Amino acid sequence: MEKQYETVIGLEVHVELATKTKIFCGCSTAFGGEPNTHTCPVCTGMPGSLPVLNKRVLEYAVAVGLATNCEITQYCKFDRKNYFYPDNPQNYQISQLYLPICRNGKVEIETENGKKLVGIHEIHMEEDAGKLIHDEWDDCSLVDYNRSGVPLIEIVSEPDMRSAQEVIAYLEKLRMTIQYLGASDCKLQEGSMRADVNLSVREAGEERFGTRTEMKNLNSFKAIARAIEGERERQIDLLEAGQKVIQETRRWDDAKGESYAMRSKEDAQDYRYFPDPDLVPVVLDQAFLDEVRAKQPEFREDKMARYRREFDLPDYDIDIITASKRMADLFEATVALGAQPKKVSNWLMVETLRLLKEKEMDPEDIRFSPEHLAKLISLADSKAVNSSVAKEVFEEMFESDIDPEKYVEEKGLKTVNDESALRRAVEKVIADNPQSVTDYRGGKEKAIGFLVGQTMKAMKGKADPGMVNQLLKELL
Amino acid sequence: MSILDKTAAELGAAIKNGEVTVMQAVEASLSRIEESESLYNCYVTVDREGALAKAREIQKKIDQGILTGPLAGVPAAIKDNLCTRGLLTTCSSRILGNFVPAYSAQAVLNLERAGAVILGKTNMDEFAMGSTTETSAFGETKNPWNPGHVPGGSSGGSAAAVAAGECFYALGSDTGGSIRQPASFCGVVGMKPTYGTVSRYGLIAYGSSLDQIGPLCKDVRDCATIMEILASHDPKDSTSIKRDDTDFTGALVEDVKGLRIGIPGDYFGEGLDLEVKEAVLGAAKVLEERGALVEEFDLSLVEYAIPAYYTIAAAEASSNLERFDGIKYGYRTESYRGLHNMYKKSRSEGFGPEVKRRIMLGSFVLSSGYYDAYYLKALRVKALIKKAFDNAFAKYDMILGPVAPTTAPRLGESLSDPIKMYLGDIYTISVNLAGLPGLSVPCGIDSRGLPIGLQLIGDCFQEKKLIRAAYTYEKARGKFAGSMEHAGGRASGGKAGSDAGKEA
Amino acid sequence: MANIISDETIEYVGILAKLELTDEEKEQAKKDMGSMLDYIDKLGELDTRGVEPMSHVFPVNNVFREDVVTNGDEREAILKNAPEEKNGMFAVPRTFE
Repeated sequence: MEKQYETVIGLEVHVELATKTKIFCGCSTAFGGEPNTHTCPVCTGMPGSLPVLNKRVLEYAVAVGLATNCEITQYCKFDRKNYFYPDNPQNYQISQLYLPICRNGKVEIETENGKKLVGIHEIHMEEDAGKLIHDEWDDCSLVDYNRSGVPLIEIVSEPDMRSAQEVIAYLEKLRMTIQYLGASDCKLQEGSMRADVNLSVREAGEERFGTRTEMKNLNSFKAIARAIEGERERQIDLLEAGQKVIQETRRWDDAKGESYAMRSKEDAQDYRYFPDPDLVPVVLDQAFLDEVRAKQPEFREDKMARYRREFDLPDYDIDIITASKRMADLFEATVALGAQPKKVSNWLMVETLRLLKEKEMDPEDIRFSPEHLAKLISLADSKAVNSSVAKEVFEEMFESDIDPEKYVEEKGLKTVNDESALRRAVEKVIADNPQSVTDYRGGKEKAIGFLVGQTMKAMKGKADPGMVNQLLKELL
Repeated sequence: MSILDKTAAELGAAIKNGEVTVMQAVEASLSRIEESESLYNCYVTVDREGALAKAREIQKKIDQGILTGPLAGVPAAIKDNLCTRGLLTTCSSRILGNFVPAYSAQAVLNLERAGAVILGKTNMDEFAMGSTTETSAFGETKNPWNPGHVPGGSSGGSAAAVAAGECFYALGSDTGGSIRQPASFCGVVGMKPTYGTVSRYGLIAYGSSLDQIGPLCKDVRDCATIMEILASHDPKDSTSIKRDDTDFTGALVEDVKGLRIGIPGDYFGEGLDLEVKEAVLGAAKVLEERGALVEEFDLSLVEYAIPAYYTIAAAEASSNLERFDGIKYGYRTESYRGLHNMYKKSRSEGFGPEVKRRIMLGSFVLSSGYYDAYYLKALRVKALIKKAFDNAFAKYDMILGPVAPTTAPRLGESLSDPIKMYLGDIYTISVNLAGLPGLSVPCGIDSRGLPIGLQLIGDCFQEKKLIRAAYTYEKARGKFAGSMEHAGGRASGGKAGSDAGKEA
Repeated sequence: MANIISDETIEYVGILAKLELTDEEKEQAKKDMGSMLDYIDKLGELDTRGVEPMSHVFPVNNVFREDVVTNGDEREAILKNAPEEKNGMFAVPRTFE
């Protein structure tokens, strides 16, 4: 009889915070930039340099902690984690071990078996390392410290997850929560959110945990799911063969669909943590926490409830719009300008989502403004443009946030509403297409479609199809 | 009086009223350096061109009324662990033998803003780890009072430069006594302020929770004047304290009436040289005669300060020195196989034995399994030591004692027995542990002609009391035997030691 | 000497500290460290139960900076002392994952 195995998974998620500057110095965190152009003596470990904490980092960390139901450590410190590696300019990373900023939180996720709570062991602040690039020509590595010192929070979960689906649900929940706070854009592909998976297996019913491995280099949800499946199999195979799972760090190669043990960094893994003497403790009083709590935005659940009350939209629509804070903000702003909620919702759910998917973009990257969307809706409502013109204008707006009114003017896309001009066009089309006319008069309803099309063509698409239809019917 | 015999404040005043030009002062210092450097080796780098150019610039600004401070135009030397933009900064170590920072330490900026002319960088124990300046990778510095003896450490170069007239004052750093002890050995005044008073930005860190920058100079007035310039709140240093009581020159008053001075009995036990003991107690008497209330008491925990200090300092240093890896700056070994080999060889070749010893010890006490027993234990003892001082300062305005158990030892005698050498720090170390201010002022000469220093220790932020007491003592003492004149005599090859008479 | 430091310990500490000692230096290091630790053991004589480890002498807390960019492009200065540099980056021996 086959043994049943249970997978036990915990996650360590690193999130790059959306501050303007680094955690301990006034260098910009802006993405891109030539190598080493966002650096200074502090984030490159120059002799005599000293760190000073960015207040915004603390605010974001506390906000995330509150949003995930953590206890905030009101007296916390920074510790040095000592290890040698070129991307680490001081050869120690400033992190928090002994007194992390948040502890004992929980996040609710939806699973196929209903709601479940995933515990958060702790959240702490730390600095990111620089980037290493491998130079094939000279067989060396090159270090860029632009990223060194970018603020991170590390969210360590309890080993409460039992499947890849639960892991994905947890990550999506975290991501949405953090995005809603504006604390980070949480993009796995760009590295502003990184997940390391700790996984072990045990026989169903077994109380003790098995030996766990840690997996890195998981750059998408799909890769995470595949890695979990793969590692579960690998560990089960080992145990079935009577072997032991070795506690190690493994690197997932998504292209190959397998993992391999990472070369040891010739470090005893003894980080010799001790409180950083260059930084002073952070003492948070209730007033500070209240202030952060007051600044917290409306979270998704509350927003959904409010949309139901205020906008009378179907749940399906609300669900999609609130899935991204950016989209929800856009929705609310456009409605605030006077557009009808259902119309705004349609534009977002249909055209916007379609284009996002086509161009593989995230809602965060939407370029058009609520003002322009409102204008477009107004143009369509008043029938100043017809629906296919509206779509065309929308695509331009999506691409480069053009002002729809100006664009329509410039390109002369307004619907021709002059009935006499329309009549003349329709008459000409009727005259030019006797066969279709005959077909229609003979009972083929669909033939009118062709005539409508021809008229639209003649009008260069600037007629209202409804009116064309009406006129044709009248004249035939 | 020749220019070189003036104190920094006297020179500043002379420059201000046109008696002396900045150029004259700088040239006088540079000449003296040329004469005596081959004998004393106080400097790692002398910036002749820079100093001369600066002299012209500063003179102009003084003439235009832009620079009006008391030390504008006065030539100074900077210990080589303080970053100076564009000027080699080595910490007297091979591993930084070619390091030229693109930024200056805040303390240096403060001096420059006040119109100082920087002559160069002074020799020190490598990375400030030592008490004799013998661990420098660039040769020992000799004590100008007797070149067969050490100048003390780790700010030995700074102390000797002041004593030899090679500058008018110098900056040093003090982690366990590194300003006060060389000041004592070289017969000059030295002060370590309350922790956090002077910004540590740009000071190449040794023991971050203990390091402070301070002056080495010719008298207490100079000390107060320099301290006023150095003290500032620096937003670049998280441990920098905002103080609004740094008008130290206001304390240059001869008045110790009613000042309660405690003398720790446990400082005067075995191991203290008799002549040092006599000179220090003699100084206490002088203050008593002028109205101070002097009393003996038990400080307690004295013998635990050294092991606590070395644990903490080594631990912090082992981490602070990790950045020296041959990647971003400094020495990289010539041939290596791979990254980790490059690290090991660069560091092993670049660091001297004392530095390596402390890094090893520091790494060990922080390592897993030992952190609680050693590092945390030392931090608890530190708390107890602070408490002992708090108790003392509930009763006394200041504590008076020796700076070191002996006068300057002979060269080459100290390094073979590290523990014995560490024991020499016994009177100074606990002051750093507790973050307190300490001042060393010359109070005698021993039978070998070597200076003896008096240490005054205050409660945190009580520098003014120390300055007042030291100033009063200094005035009562009179000119310190052979300070300026002897400096001149020695430098021109005069006999050392035998020229110095015993001081009252 | 109560603290006998083994070869393994010296090796281990050497890896942590990235120091390579000669055999002679290793012997000396064993002795030095042993006697230092003997001396440090003295701290065990003190009863420190209930005493909090004191990192900072003064209760200074909450030192922050505002989230405002104050630094520009300092690349030239940052690379000036680099032992080896290429394309605006620090060149190091090949690293592996």
